Amino acid sequence: MLSKLEELRAKAISELDSISDPKSLEAWRISYLGRKSPLTQILRGLAALPLEERRAAGAAANELKAFLETSLAQQEEIVKEAEIARAIEKGRLDVTLPGRPTTLGRLHPATQTMRQMCGIFTAMGFEVVEGPEVEWDYYNFEALNIPQDHPARDMWATMWMDYQNEKGERPMLLRTHTSPMQIRVMESRRPPVRVIVPGKVYRYEATDATHESMFYQVEGFAVDKNITMADLKGTLFEFARRLFGKERKARFRCDYFPFVEPGVEMAIDCFVCNGAGCPLCSYSGWIEILGAGMIHPDVLRRVNYDPDIYTGFAFGMGVERMPILKYGIDDIRLFYSNDLRFLKQF
Amino acid sequence: MKVSLNWLKDYVNIALPAKELAHKLTMSGNEVGRIDVVGGTWEHVFIGQVAALDKHPNADRLKLATIDLGTERMTVVTGAPNLEVGQKVPFAKIGARLIDGHTGQVAELKPAKIRGVKSEGMACSEKELGISDNHEGIMILPSDAPMGVPLSQYLGDTIYDIKVTPNRADCLSVIGIAREVAALTGQRTHITEPGYSEEGNPIDEAISIEIADPDLCSRYCASLVTGVKIGPSPQWMQQRLIAGGMRPISNVVDITNYVMLEYGQPLHAFDYTQIKGRKIIVRRARNDESLYTLDGMKRDLNPNMLVIADEKDPIALAGVMGGADSEVIDPTTSILLESANFNNISIRRTSIKLNLRSEASSRFERGISPELAPKALRRATQLLLELAGGKAAKGIADVYPGKREQKPVLLPKERVSRVLGLELSTDRIQKVLASLEFSCKPAGTSRDLLVTVPYWRTDVRMADDLAEEIARIIGYDEIPTTLLSCQIPEQVPAPMLTLKENVRDLLVGCGMQEVITYSLVSQAALDKIDSQGKLRPALRVANPMSTEQEYLRTSLRPGLLAAFASNEKHEKDGIKLFEVGRIYLHRTNDLPEEREMLAGILGGPRLERSWLCGEDTLDFYDAKGILETLFHRLKVKTDFKPAEDQSLLAGKTAEVIVGGERAGIVGEVHPKTAALFDISAQPIILFEIELAKLLPFAGAVYRYRPIPRFPGNSRDIALILDASVAASRVQEVIESSPLVDEVTLFDVYSGEQVPPGKKSLALSIRFQSAERTLTDEEVNKAQQQIMDLLQRDFGATLRS
Ligand SMILES: [Zn+2]
Repeated sequence: MLSKLEELRAKAISELDSISDPKSLEAWRISYLGRKSPLTQILRGLAALPLEERRAAGAAANELKAFLETSLAQQEEIVKEAEIARAIEKGRLDVTLPGRPTTLGRLHPATQTMRQMCGIFTAMGFEVVEGPEVEWDYYNFEALNIPQDHPARDMWATMWMDYQNEKGERPMLLRTHTSPMQIRVMESRRPPVRVIVPGKVYRYEATDATHESMFYQVEGFAVDKNITMADLKGTLFEFARRLFGKERKARFRCDYFPFVEPGVEMAIDCFVCNGAGCPLCSYSGWIEILGAGMIHPDVLRRVNYDPDIYTGFAFGMGVERMPILKYGIDDIRLFYSNDLRFLKQF
Repeated sequence: MKVSLNWLKDYVNIALPAKELAHKLTMSGNEVGRIDVVGGTWEHVFIGQVAALDKHPNADRLKLATIDLGTERMTVVTGAPNLEVGQKVPFAKIGARLIDGHTGQVAELKPAKIRGVKSEGMACSEKELGISDNHEGIMILPSDAPMGVPLSQYLGDTIYDIKVTPNRADCLSVIGIAREVAALTGQRTHITEPGYSEEGNPIDEAISIEIADPDLCSRYCASLVTGVKIGPSPQWMQQRLIAGGMRPISNVVDITNYVMLEYGQPLHAFDYTQIKGRKIIVRRARNDESLYTLDGMKRDLNPNMLVIADEKDPIALAGVMGGADSEVIDPTTSILLESANFNNISIRRTSIKLNLRSEASSRFERGISPELAPKALRRATQLLLELAGGKAAKGIADVYPGKREQKPVLLPKERVSRVLGLELSTDRIQKVLASLEFSCKPAGTSRDLLVTVPYWRTDVRMADDLAEEIARIIGYDEIPTTLLSCQIPEQVPAPMLTLKENVRDLLVGCGMQEVITYSLVSQAALDKIDSQGKLRPALRVANPMSTEQEYLRTSLRPGLLAAFASNEKHEKDGIKLFEVGRIYLHRTNDLPEEREMLAGILGGPRLERSWLCGEDTLDFYDAKGILETLFHRLKVKTDFKPAEDQSLLAGKTAEVIVGGERAGIVGEVHPKTAALFDISAQPIILFEIELAKLLPFAGAVYRYRPIPRFPGNSRDIALILDASVAASRVQEVIESSPLVDEVTLFDVYSGEQVPPGKKSLALSIRFQSAERTLTDEEVNKAQQQIMDLLQRDFGATLRS
């Protein structure tokens, strides 16, 4: 009996070792561990053996059964591993092939820039407001200390609408800047105000690489009891650092806009040459980015804000100028000709 | 304003290098653009004296000139006709870089042999030195020019091109800039009062002056010089005029221009003998009057224009241009010099109307001080006597109806720090203001200041103007940098702004590219999308740049169609563009309605060309899918209904209904319309949504639905029904069943497998209850009820 078991063990193991697929494994299990397998027969026949022999044969047969089961489990593991390895081998991809295209669009670079700018100011407590693009002379000029026949009107070449009032005047125009919203907002609110106005503006201007007849501006202003030029400086310098990088330096120089006093122009140090001088900054080391100033007392009076109680600052900047500087765009007309080869770069 | 540094040095010491001074001027408000160095190329050019002129041995028309440079003598061959012994001339040694008189190119002077004689250099014309265009002879220098000295030391100069802001009339003058330089560099100007001897008769006997319209002329001064010899002005004056951007004409005209550049006061010279009745009347022109101006044009006048007239007729357009009849041309004559102050608005209107904007009008426009008139007049008279001879009448005529007492400006103690955010001592404030020649004294017993503004600063009127003066002189760098410390104001919600931003983000997520097109379009472009003239008339620009941009758009369509067309030419992939922008709709006697619109256009391959994707074409359902995604995300409930539109294809167009109202449209662009825009791709789908119609819904509050706690039960059914039944109606009927949670239409079929005139719709219906797990019997019952309704309403049967 014992020798029969040994024979069985040898045969079973040698067969098992050569099996490499799950199906043959199952067949092996049935033939060696199944209900009709010789081993099961032996185990069933144990009862008929004499006691002495039964004990020895029983132990040996059970030991063999356990051994075969363990061996089967091990072989199953090996077969599974091999299977996975084969699958991996078969499923190799050319990972250098291009991926499946997804469709994600893009915002226009002017929108992107405006969002960035407005985002910086809203984080400083400014509220975004929009206003009309077709305006009255009053808001665009007169209320901003630029009466009829003021020489400063030359600073804003204007497109006038073909509309005459009963007095024969032509008071309707395409706004030349976003500044009229200073008046509109202040007319409808009491201080404190802290507002930012993005929007389209228009100029009577022949277009070329550096001039457009339509572009975007962002206007901002704040009025309260204790606002000073130091606050204007702090607000705008912080804006410049957030937009152009924290290593940027900014400076004010005196400039003139009829609706502010004092008036300034802000420049940042050139990010191409870091102030050393290069073609981008016309060898000055500085790049002008916006105009600003303290709101003129006459403008405050016009909206019934008492300039002895309230002071305020205002600033305005071109939107396209920022990406033009940042990405070295050499023709402003690219913005509104909507060529996808341009738009897709942003 | 072009300013010569040499000229500036007449009035203020300049110790700083030109670049540094330019920086200071720029920072304080007078932006220096270009800096030109005159004589920067005059290396190897010296002042020489013609010591001898000999005949050329081999050529009759050439001469040998011996030029004395003090330490050496050189011989040159010259053909110049104007050389004489004893003259001082610019002499270029070998190696000098000169402008070729004929070609205009810069070339280095090389040793040369002319007709067998060696020439050791060259006497130069003005053109060869780049001083002017004059190439008719050698430039003759004044006799006191120092021999042997480099020409650049004697004639060299630096010219600033200064962008003077519209408020600073005073800075359109050399003296004005000199005052700025003095304040910025801690110096004093040295300006002397012009003086001359008055040997003629009293001026009142020679001329009477009447200002008939004092509102347009606040002061009129005149002087008279008899026996003036007209001729060219001296070299130094011509040079300064050229540096200032003006053309030398004759001594008299040049003097008026010179003094204008120097003082900022425009002047005019009349031929005194042409003034009829010895009378100057400053008055409005009459309607029937006209005047031949100096440029030979006949100008029709009207009462909005101010003229200088004699007893009979206008002889000049005040402050704008002189008349041809009183122009100074006789070789010897008497000159009446005018120095007046005209109303800035009147001058601006007249000069713009006649398109005669000049150096003079640009100064008057800005509002110069009437106090300047007699000072500039005396200076011009002095120069006239010095350079053109003659005798000056005794005194000057001076009519000054617009004299105003100048009130000092009150500068409250705290104002400077309130505006600038910088504490300054009263002492410092006074010092800075004094550097600009403002004088301060205490206002009563308070610590406020009373500041007397110098007459030339017509722009300074109030305390904040003084704050700017202080800031720009001490420099803005000294102002501290602080962040707003006050309370953040209450913010007003802006739902349209939020909606627009959301719409942009969602459409970008749907794979669309945002474009921004011009608000101004052509009539032709509007006609292309509105051949039947259904849209409201567009607002026209009175002074358009071109017909391409003449009308405010009443639709976003032309811009988008044009953008599609131009991109189609080079894009291989599908094009999906959208714009969020305004259209402008006419309103009577009011600003137009600026309506916020969304429009999109798409066409071409559905997916980027790739080894993984097929080559399907974008169609109506792509556009609709994008809109559905958009509205779903905005939480706006919409219906789509068949509709018609003049630019879109019938049967492939739907209107978008929101809240029972039409909010927009989506459809396939009519091939005729596409052709008008030169679009070749087909189909092109366009959509257009009026954003305000979404607002009441987009911002609405909504509540979340709990996730079902019990399993749902899905059933697929296939229906056969009339082809004309709208799928949306079938869906509505199914959705009306209380147990139905979601219906998905997953197949639409018509063809061989179904009878003619019928179609098959395959739908997946998910039944769901919030309270319990549905039994099969319940679902069966619900499904049967649905089938009964579909049968009743549409004659639908189940497809077997
Ligand atoms: Zn640079």
